[in-house]
Amino acid sequence: MHIMEGFLPVEHALGWTVASAPFVVLGIRSVRRQLRERPEQRMLLGVAAAFSFVLSALKLPSVTGSCSHPTGVGLGALLFGPLAMVPVGLVVLLFQALLLAHGGLTTLGANLFSMAIVGPFVAYGIFRLARGARLSLAVAVFAAAFMGDLATYLTTSVQLAWAFPDPAGGFAASLLKFGSIFAFTQLPLAVSEGLLTVLVVNALTRFNAEELRHLPLFAGRRATA
Amino acid sequence: MKRQNWLLIVAVVLLTALPLWLVPKPAAGPDGQPGTIFGGADGQAQQAISNIAPNYQPWFAPLLEPASNEIASLLFALQAAIGAGVIGYWLGAAVTRDRLKKEAERKAAEAAEDRRAD
Repeated sequence: MHIMEGFLPVEHALGWTVASAPFVVLGIRSVRRQLRERPEQRMLLGVAAAFSFVLSALKLPSVTGSCSHPTGVGLGALLFGPLAMVPVGLVVLLFQALLLAHGGLTTLGANLFSMAIVGPFVAYGIFRLARGARLSLAVAVFAAAFMGDLATYLTTSVQLAWAFPDPAGGFAASLLKFGSIFAFTQLPLAVSEGLLTVLVVNALTRFNAEELRHLPLFAGRRATA
Repeated sequence: MKRQNWLLIVAVVLLTALPLWLVPKPAAGPDGQPGTIFGGADGQAQQAISNIAPNYQPWFAPLLEPASNEIASLLFALQAAIGAGVIGYWLGAAVTRDRLKKEAERKAAEAAEDRRAD
């Protein structure tokens, strides 16, 4: 999902940066508020950020014969709400853009939008829907992380198709092209991310039940379970 | 729960490892060099951009590029290690806290038993 440095036209790069900026401000505010109200959550926030650090560093082989990586932001979105993952995603993307030439500063806004805004919001929304439909916690967590991961890569495809419409087929043909590069590769990876997220949530519910009680993940638990 | 966790781990390992066997090696190109496989999807997207818009010139270059593939893998490994370290710390602390709590409960129960026996 990393759009390389300089690979978005200036107006697109600026547009995505402007679109992402308010989420960064709101995200930092959300994290600070949650830590002020419940400083004991610091450890769990660290785990959520660390999960994203690990997963986004692992480029995994896929059935399409190319490699891509999960994003790991679904877990944190379920624990602390989608906004809290914006600053986490920003740190990950900055690390990779500045040190690894992976992604870039001009494309930071676009990459942030797909990985740290669309992904977490989709994951959070799917989780709420799944819990509302009385699906079990494990199934809801899996569906949320899986869909969040895919949504990130679909967003990247849309961003690229918008910036580079096919000369013959226009936006649709371009979207199909970028979508087939990203989305199909991502399918098994998104499954892996979903399974790993369930694994961590299993451990969290076993060892951190006390802290979880105050988090959005379990906010509606008494009503649904 | 423990069984489910092991199944999850096995499934992730299989999902990651199986493509290495299942995906056929690409045929050699016209230059006789074997085709590349398991390249990055990000790179392929870059390739697709050059196909769609051959005249597009990237207007900004990375400030710092890893000096070689080795340096790049060093930094990716560092990123994963930092994350894994934090998760390992949490898991270790959580398991220990859980054990100490159970031990304290057991001791308290034994003490109560003793008092009743007296």
